[in-house]
Amino acid sequence: MTEHTGHEDLQAALKRWSEGVEKKLSKRPERKAEFVNTSGIPVERLYTPLDGADSSYLSEVGFPGEYPFTRGVQPTMFRGRYWTMRQYAGFATAEESNRRYRFLLDQGQTGLSVAFDLPTQIGYDSDNEMAIGEVGKVGVAIDSLEDMETLFNKIPLDKVSTSMTINAPAAVLLAMYIAVAEKQGVSADKLRGTIQNDILKEYSSRGTYIYPPKPSMRIITDIFSYCAENIPLWNSISISGYHIREAGSTAVQEVAFTLANGIAYVQAALEAGLNVDIFGPRLSFFFNAHSDFLEEIAKYRAARRLWAGIMKERFKARNPKSMMIRFHTQTAGCTLTAPQPKNNIVRVAFQAMAAVLGGTQSLHTNSMDEALCLPSEEAVQIALRTQQLIAYETGVTDTVDPLAGSYYLENLTNEIYERAAAYIKKIDELGGAAEAIEKGFIQREIQDSAYKYQREIEQEERIVVGVNRFQVEEEKPTNLLRVDPTVRTSQIERLKKLRSERDDAVVGKCLSDLKQRAEGDHNLIPLMLEAVKAYATLGEICDVLREIFGEYQQVNTLG
Amino acid sequence: MGKEKKIRVLAAKPGLDGHDRGVKVVASALMDAGMEVVYTGLRQTPSQIVESAIQEDVDVIAMSILSGAHDYLFPKVMELLGEKGVDDILVLGGGIIPDEDIPALKEAGIAAVFGPGTTTTEIIDYIKGNVN
Repeated sequence: MTEHTGHEDLQAALKRWSEGVEKKLSKRPERKAEFVNTSGIPVERLYTPLDGADSSYLSEVGFPGEYPFTRGVQPTMFRGRYWTMRQYAGFATAEESNRRYRFLLDQGQTGLSVAFDLPTQIGYDSDNEMAIGEVGKVGVAIDSLEDMETLFNKIPLDKVSTSMTINAPAAVLLAMYIAVAEKQGVSADKLRGTIQNDILKEYSSRGTYIYPPKPSMRIITDIFSYCAENIPLWNSISISGYHIREAGSTAVQEVAFTLANGIAYVQAALEAGLNVDIFGPRLSFFFNAHSDFLEEIAKYRAARRLWAGIMKERFKARNPKSMMIRFHTQTAGCTLTAPQPKNNIVRVAFQAMAAVLGGTQSLHTNSMDEALCLPSEEAVQIALRTQQLIAYETGVTDTVDPLAGSYYLENLTNEIYERAAAYIKKIDELGGAAEAIEKGFIQREIQDSAYKYQREIEQEERIVVGVNRFQVEEEKPTNLLRVDPTVRTSQIERLKKLRSERDDAVVGKCLSDLKQRAEGDHNLIPLMLEAVKAYATLGEICDVLREIFGEYQQVNTLG
Repeated sequence: MGKEKKIRVLAAKPGLDGHDRGVKVVASALMDAGMEVVYTGLRQTPSQIVESAIQEDVDVIAMSILSGAHDYLFPKVMELLGEKGVDDILVLGGGIIPDEDIPALKEAGIAAVFGPGTTTTEIIDYIKGNVN
């Protein structure tokens, strides 16, 4: 029992030390009466071995590549290979975005990440009235397979992995990707990549929903099932906390609401008769990297342990791969400031470092100009170089999970784990994530946190360098990247030409078959693949499903 | 303004943009400042916004766009208000709006544009100072 004796000595020593410090506080007070992190977790002056004395290393921390995966999902982590450096990009037309992708690949980027414009994300063709003003603005406009062929022109799809930020119409874009690969002579079983396909966080945080929850969940489980059979290397979903955090949540809420959504997807898939160890290993995740450095690192570690337990205990997964959170990270867009934009380079570097120390599988680093506009080529190059600097120069990648064993970090990991688990319990009591969203619970929690954060900035309880302190007079930036306003006109021309050249009878047949199947419960994906190959447009396909499934109406959570 | 009559604001999200953190924070701050706020929710067309503004008899329309579609949608709202003969509503814009776009928006009738980093106090003060 030497360990126990050691703790008694330590307790006595800590008491002596603390009393000494307290005495001096009247002369040299601390900066604040109490220190609290962004999740509202109190931060103590000092952490010692006493703070982790109750926890068990083997059951709670363990080894990388082994349950509960706190230290990482692979045994060698970045000693084996670096994370995938994947910059989210896309704007204007497919030609223009294709040029940007090839630039990024030339610069040493190792995976693609496609940003679609809002009409594409909401299932409208560029000539739809709802699309006016939005075509090509926040991403690339894709109306049909023809645009997708252009987007991946001269990019060999058996060589790159591609992530697509697409949710409500995810199945259609995935079908287009498979069809492009086929034309390149690449079979579906060779394709690597991810579709976001996470509708629940669209309802609560991001806004690009189309259909109500029930049919949306059906499409998602259709995708799980289709991917498991046909595209085994594809991540069939990216369960995303990123946007929950951007919408204003805390780190704890980010973990809790993301995993609660994950639970809802697993449940839906089990109810559809799928095997947890078949689809489980293809679930992937997406987290934010915010500014509180140690809180973020602890967050990733806590999320891994929590999900591993959920999959093993609650869903009885047997395959360790089903229990792993493999995740992409993006630095926090909401922390970028319009004043003194170069400061953002430094913010992003710290955030990216947290993601790496937290064991991410892939990473997007934001560009310094993104509080103002879409990133310029120079800004995106610096952002990518930031990742390369961390990988090749800092040395943090040479040992696995190097901060483990820090008294504070392990304590914080436990705190986040406990608090997120308590939220998940509350969401279970409300009937699960979909119900909690329907009741407005998750939206209210997020918006309350966002409002609190803003008030803290305005009352200068939270300092944002260059915004509420250390401001300077500066010139307004010029030469911002702007999307050519003629993109909509050229997309409409392309659509007209496409509609005049394709075989409308085949398209009509595909669409009516799809409609019929949507009324039943057979898998929709094979028919979507037929439809995109016949050059049915994204809008036409989504409209057919709108007729059957209806459209989602948002819950108002203000007031 | 009549004694104790509360300022009524329509907080609106025109277009397809789903970023509602900013509009919700501003709406909450305006409510805390004693104003009555009606929030439209996402994906409102300009004509829906004008309809709601008239129906709710608001003094202010506060619109937020982060997708870059402001150059079409903000002036469209002004045009439709004009068609309805409405000229006594203070119309504000917010979101990610490049500085070089602001003169044209003001030309179209948007009274003020608030970008990233604006405090809610600035917006509250502006509204209180400019609603008749």
